[in-house]
Amino acid sequence: MAIELKMPALSPTMEEGKLARWLVKEGDEVSSGDILAEIETDKATMEFEAVDEGTVGKILVAEGTEGVKVGTVIAVLAGEGEDASAVSASAPKAEAAPAAEAAPAAARPEAPAPVAKKDPEVPFGTNMKTSTVREALRDAMAEEMRRDPRVFVMGEEVAEYQGAYKVTQGLLEEFGPQRVIDTPITEYGFAGIGTGAAMGGLRPIIEFMTFNFAMQAIDHIINSAAKTNYMSGGQMRCPIVFRGPNGAAARVGAQHSQNYGPWYANVPGLVVIAPYDASDAKGLLKAAIRSEDPVVFLENELVYGRTFELPELDDHVLPIGKARIMREGKDVTIVSYSIGVGLALEAAEQLAGEGIEAEVIDLRTLRPLDKETVLASLAKTNRMVVAEEGFPVCSIASEIIAICMEEGFDNLDAPVVRVCNEDVPLPYAANLEKAALIDTPRIVEAVRKVCYR
Amino acid sequence: MPKAKTDAGSGAEPAVVPAQDEDFALHSLQEKLAADRRYTPNKEELLNLYEQMVLIRRFEERAGQLYGLGLIGGFCHLYIGQEAVAVGLQSALDSNRDSVITGYRDHGHMLAYGIDPKVIMAELTGREAGISRGKGGSMHMFSVEHKFYGGHGIVGAQVSLGAGLAFAHKYREDGGVAMAYFGDGAANQGQVYESFNMAALWKLPIIFVIENNGYAMGTAVKRGSAETHFYRRGTAFRIPGMQVDGMDVLEVRKAAEVALEYVRAGNGPVLMELNTYRYRGHSMSDPAKYRSREEVQDVREKRDPIEHVKQDLVALGVDEAALKEIDKRVRAQVAESADFAESSPEPDLSELYTDVLVERY
Repeated sequence: MAIELKMPALSPTMEEGKLARWLVKEGDEVSSGDILAEIETDKATMEFEAVDEGTVGKILVAEGTEGVKVGTVIAVLAGEGEDASAVSASAPKAEAAPAAEAAPAAARPEAPAPVAKKDPEVPFGTNMKTSTVREALRDAMAEEMRRDPRVFVMGEEVAEYQGAYKVTQGLLEEFGPQRVIDTPITEYGFAGIGTGAAMGGLRPIIEFMTFNFAMQAIDHIINSAAKTNYMSGGQMRCPIVFRGPNGAAARVGAQHSQNYGPWYANVPGLVVIAPYDASDAKGLLKAAIRSEDPVVFLENELVYGRTFELPELDDHVLPIGKARIMREGKDVTIVSYSIGVGLALEAAEQLAGEGIEAEVIDLRTLRPLDKETVLASLAKTNRMVVAEEGFPVCSIASEIIAICMEEGFDNLDAPVVRVCNEDVPLPYAANLEKAALIDTPRIVEAVRKVCYR
Repeated sequence: MPKAKTDAGSGAEPAVVPAQDEDFALHSLQEKLAADRRYTPNKEELLNLYEQMVLIRRFEERAGQLYGLGLIGGFCHLYIGQEAVAVGLQSALDSNRDSVITGYRDHGHMLAYGIDPKVIMAELTGREAGISRGKGGSMHMFSVEHKFYGGHGIVGAQVSLGAGLAFAHKYREDGGVAMAYFGDGAANQGQVYESFNMAALWKLPIIFVIENNGYAMGTAVKRGSAETHFYRRGTAFRIPGMQVDGMDVLEVRKAAEVALEYVRAGNGPVLMELNTYRYRGHSMSDPAKYRSREEVQDVREKRDPIEHVKQDLVALGVDEAALKEIDKRVRAQVAESADFAESSPEPDLSELYTDVLVERY
């Protein structure tokens, strides 16, 4: 019985990859554990090992092929007693894998992202290039490290490993181990060391492998970093950036999937930023590093690999505390942030087909919150839905609703509705996870409801 | 090889013959101190140390009174009994480049750093003129100008933060050393060991100072700690330890010099345990039922750090009149700070919203 070798999924979010190199050729005998090929994901180059013994029959995907979907048959292995050449003849052709089924339920397609309205903060006529969010974040850090020798990066696997999610790739090479520092797995300790270094006059960027781990360190973020300036009567500042992925990834279970935006946004003394696209990721991270205040910078793993337009500016810095109108509309406003913005834009596109013109607002900064932009849009559309990838209770959505009640009541033609994840720890099973997470159809449905359609 | 190792070898006989070279490094500072335990001050230096200790004692006594009168609120942790620790250690620091951080029992450390008692007392009473403009209180006082970084209310947090200050010294190559004080209670916090690990791994210039006053709030050391010899607790991270009599300011000073020499030479951290005692409760609301009156009285009579210095001063030929003169000056200074703290206005209500963030967004 011939064995089909399929393109493996090498990370929770991988949907396709490059078959970089074959290390075996047709006719080679292989046994379990032999390295068959090297496969590049967007994060790393991985080795693909043989699990079974046999003879390599036909290699179906040539080395150097990009965009090979997970599950595609890339080679065929003849088992004992089989004729390798015969096997190759009957081998199936490489086929596109049923990606929708094979890919994790929560993984959203990485391209094409819905086209957003130009950011008015970017000067008219600026040349645009494309960039992933991952590259944009890396470039933001590199530019600020070139600009200010006090800036350094510290965290788990940020240096020699090049970042658990490759966000710090290349920084060690350019800036050296004095400024790109691998820590032991000790979040509380290194968050405290970073905070102390900021108090002592440096500009630390503390990377958490995920904000789920930052709960170990949250005492320093809140009690040490956020409160010191106030407690010292403005004498002792703490200019630090805590950054890393936040929110649900794909199939990683309840302990690695939480959105901590509402937690940090609750605390006076912190700035909390949660960008969606590459331009905001870069422009706001640069602003965060330059800020005199402690900043919690919430990224999203599922967005790291998405490609967006990025302005080609020497120094692309965006204002903290300003929301962005991603799409204009007159009938209803959808407020969101981070990964929810992509879903909101998809929903708006679909709703346009139904004759509902939705305005989409990306909050970008969760604290201080740009109430003015939200209320101005409400005054225009009189209806609002808040879309948030996170728990519904005591959420950013709850806060937006409270603001609309307190300061926009006269402009409301319908109750503001929130669309969040279900109020449960995130389950692992693909179908349950899908059921728990916010998606476009739910946003569309909520919009219809507030529009009484 | 650590410099101290050869120094110790050339000094007096080490108390214990080390089994191995490497283990010897962990004990070398202790042995160096054992060989010559006390700093030899001149008369002026010793008078100065005495005056600082008396200032702390009188200041804290007055703070206790003001608390009783309702002028100081919330939590207030007095340093009475522990004066020799902060005074002795900080007298050895270079105030132009070294930094200090501590927990919430912080008034004494600030006074030992020469910070004006008036602004400290005014902070205790929550007044505009307080060092934190009345917004920090007893536990949260800072003076970046004096490189005194607080004043932290979460037990153990100052240890990681102090390692961060040390990181900044090393990053900037400014030659400074950070001194992080914490208690025998904080010594059981997990982040302390996370910080030990990184400080040793990266050879950060830091002295970890455990002020062992015998009680973590109401829990005696032996009820809360499996290893009650705190100076040994860095051994797992290869941090040399020193056990110091924290009631003798000259031994404290000497120990600080031994430790500073080692740390400044780039050898990484040192862990010092200062055995001391607090005469008052953990905070003002603590009746201290967990220990006997006799125990406290015994320490007061036999180990009091100020009495100890007095004897040394008399031995140096200082007469009673000179000491009385100092006591009088200190009393006047403390009375002035109390008056100032009582008569200064409270912060304007507009201060409620200032300094939440530095920038406007």
